[in-house]
Amino acid sequence: MRQFAALYDAIDASTATSSKVAALVDFLSSAPVADAAWAVAFLVGRRPKRLVKTPDLRAWAGEAAGVPPWLFEECYAQAGDLAETITLLVPESEAHDNEGLAWWVEHRLLPLQSLEPSDQRAMLFETWRTLGGSARFVFNKLLTGAFRVGVSDGLVVRALAQVSGVSAETIAHRLMGQWEPSAEWYTRLVGTETTDADWSRPYPFFLAYPLDAEPSSLGEVGEWQVEWKWDGIRCQLVRRRGRTFLWSRGEELLAGRFPEVESSAEWLPDGTVLDGELLAWRDGKPLPFTELQRRINRKTVGKKLLADVPCALLVYDCLEVNGRDVRAEPMQLRREHAEALVRVLPGGATIGLSPMLDVADWATVRASRSDSRREHAEGLMLKRRSSPYGVGRRAGDWYKWKVNPLTVDAVLVYAQAGHGRRAGLFTDYTFAIRDGEALVPFAKAYSGLTDAEIRQVDKFVRNNTLEKFGPVRTVKPELVFELAFEGIQRSTRHKSGIAVRFPRIARWRQDKPAHEADTLDTVKALLDA
Amino acid sequence: MLRTTDRGLYCEAGDFHIDPWAPVARAVVTHAHGDHLTWACESYLVSETGAAVSRERLGVWGAGLESMPYGDTRTINGVRVSFHPAGHILGSAQVRLEYRGEVWVVSGDYKTDPDPTCAPWEPVRCHTFITESTFGLPIYRWPSQQQVFAEINAWWAANAAAGQVSLLCAYALGKAQRLLAGLDPSIGPILTHGAVERMTALYRSGGVALPATRFASDALREKAIGGAMVIAPPSVTGSTWLRRFGDVRTAFASGWMRVRGARRRRGVDAGFTLSDHVDWPQLLAAVDATGAQRVWVTHGFTGPVVQWLTGRGLDARAIATRWEGERDDAAVDAAESDATPEASA
Repeated sequence: MRQFAALYDAIDASTATSSKVAALVDFLSSAPVADAAWAVAFLVGRRPKRLVKTPDLRAWAGEAAGVPPWLFEECYAQAGDLAETITLLVPESEAHDNEGLAWWVEHRLLPLQSLEPSDQRAMLFETWRTLGGSARFVFNKLLTGAFRVGVSDGLVVRALAQVSGVSAETIAHRLMGQWEPSAEWYTRLVGTETTDADWSRPYPFFLAYPLDAEPSSLGEVGEWQVEWKWDGIRCQLVRRRGRTFLWSRGEELLAGRFPEVESSAEWLPDGTVLDGELLAWRDGKPLPFTELQRRINRKTVGKKLLADVPCALLVYDCLEVNGRDVRAEPMQLRREHAEALVRVLPGGATIGLSPMLDVADWATVRASRSDSRREHAEGLMLKRRSSPYGVGRRAGDWYKWKVNPLTVDAVLVYAQAGHGRRAGLFTDYTFAIRDGEALVPFAKAYSGLTDAEIRQVDKFVRNNTLEKFGPVRTVKPELVFELAFEGIQRSTRHKSGIAVRFPRIARWRQDKPAHEADTLDTVKALLDA
Repeated sequence: MLRTTDRGLYCEAGDFHIDPWAPVARAVVTHAHGDHLTWACESYLVSETGAAVSRERLGVWGAGLESMPYGDTRTINGVRVSFHPAGHILGSAQVRLEYRGEVWVVSGDYKTDPDPTCAPWEPVRCHTFITESTFGLPIYRWPSQQQVFAEINAWWAANAAAGQVSLLCAYALGKAQRLLAGLDPSIGPILTHGAVERMTALYRSGGVALPATRFASDALREKAIGGAMVIAPPSVTGSTWLRRFGDVRTAFASGWMRVRGARRRRGVDAGFTLSDHVDWPQLLAAVDATGAQRVWVTHGFTGPVVQWLTGRGLDARAIATRWEGERDDAAVDAAESDATPEASA
């Protein structure tokens, strides 16, 4: 565990990618294979399912530290991270461990899941006694499912490629889909033989870069393919050996959740991989994302929900035809493959083509973008017709050009301390709009202020707290912020009767007093705009 | 004996304020940090060892400054006033007040860890103890300073070996000198920022032994900065002054560095947990050692400390200060800013 903790420290302490990769290479080439397997799994974001109930964990940590629950909560609010709070509070002992990461994961971490609470407690107390320093912190981070460290998947892939001599593309592909970290798995991951056992695997997704310049800077409009940017779930549909695998961009297998799409996929030939957007779709138009959300979290879908929220896959790319990887072919050609595959599907199929917009010049593109919201889209996608299907997010070939957000001026009413590097600072805010004399909470936002502004608001919160409800402070309704958001819908679950999508702070309206904030009526007017 | 006013703690019987934050006629001051020593009072009473740094801080406002050795007593309108070491920085004092048989002690800022650059904190028995609570949560437990200094020196040595300059940010008065006392001068030259150098000179003339230092701007001019350790106030990060040093690794030394989020927020390469304030166990032990039955808590995590002490059967309450709302490093930076004219120094 110490070796992995040292890797964590080295990555955490550095901001230079070169030294991060060096630390990874160092670890991967010297660690036992089983440890390397778990390390890779955690570094690319694999997390164990919940092992211990959080309230139990807090109670036991407080007990081990001799700290009452109320004081534990105060500490948590300041440290902003449960694992760190535990690490800082539970007294350290002199003991040292000599076991590797795999031993700790397989003998002390994962077994927690199947133990009775009293045995979980005993095992954790022993672990906290045995592990010291950052090893204990890393263990607690794994335990709370909040293990994160400053390396992207891309850096891990680069380090693995460097250690193994296998190409980065192959490593990235082998890391897709489902696998269990083990010594055998790791050996295959870095192995030089070419057979890929897991044929259900999707390809690494190619992602669009945000466009923040004028589109005319992209050159000739004719070199670009223009599509709507949908607000759904980005998916790869993999059809191989008579079976269908629908993968989300989060590399989650959506098996069984979208049966209508999976049954349409049965018409596709083997050796087909399509890239597209899964949307709640009715009468040739997408339904709001909140509708789709009702489907996402259901492992099994009832008849009523199927009828209420029908879904469809809108295809915009093709990555594999007849078992042949066509990602290196130009976009234009891949689009033709996609069209050929989708057009022959029978009527009523829930797999369709995402339309291409007919644009003669950039002015038309610009005009289409301002129509996005009416089309229930977030904006436009601009894809270079000659572009291959790459890996990750890269500027140059694919751009997303989002529509300007909607904005509302709202009043800060509640604040809560943040997490991570915002620990101990009031950074998580709830905003309200006016409804007659009352203020109605309507959105939460956590981002958009500069560090200097955060400090100012933090100070305001501390000096203007009206009430405390646990970690939440009610503050004097005085500060006004312009909130930006992507979409707005009616909602029965929100007090204000509306729900907004991706709210964030656009700017601090220091020029506006609270009584000039927007009203519920003006906000509701946006619903129909 | 004492009450809180909009200018700070006020002793009615003696007609003086302790650490006022706005101008008053007579100020009794615990130490020379900006959040305790305010400008434009008519007179000041400080500890004798703290007089020189207070004068430096007050500049033209220091005309009415008087001092008194630790342990001596002065009677002001019938209130017996004496200073006792607080162990925070050079000359920092607890103020003991005695009037009609009742004893109060105002701690100012203090720590009970040993520190070679100032006299050690001394427990003073009292009925009422007024304590700071900057780090009044049990997550704040200081690692041994031997360990911290070993880490700092190892960090410096590794940077020097890689041909890099080390920048250690710390408050110009107090922390900077405590760091100097713990550095291993055999690793390389030690350079100081102007704001630090002024205070360091006062420490030296006050009899505190510190390793040899050079004014950083002189060393820059002579390009004699290879493998150097630079001690400067936090305000230099991102300054043009700093860029002149070339390849620099940065670190910050403060009690706040105990928490990872605060370390990351600072955006430095390393954070060292070294504080001149009491941590949680020190604070509780200090309260015990005073024997006080009544405790007023100020400056920091007043809520948790009051609740804890109340649970131990003490009569505890929080008192407001102008700094009440701020408890993160920003407050201390702000308090320091009056002493750290831009990095042109």
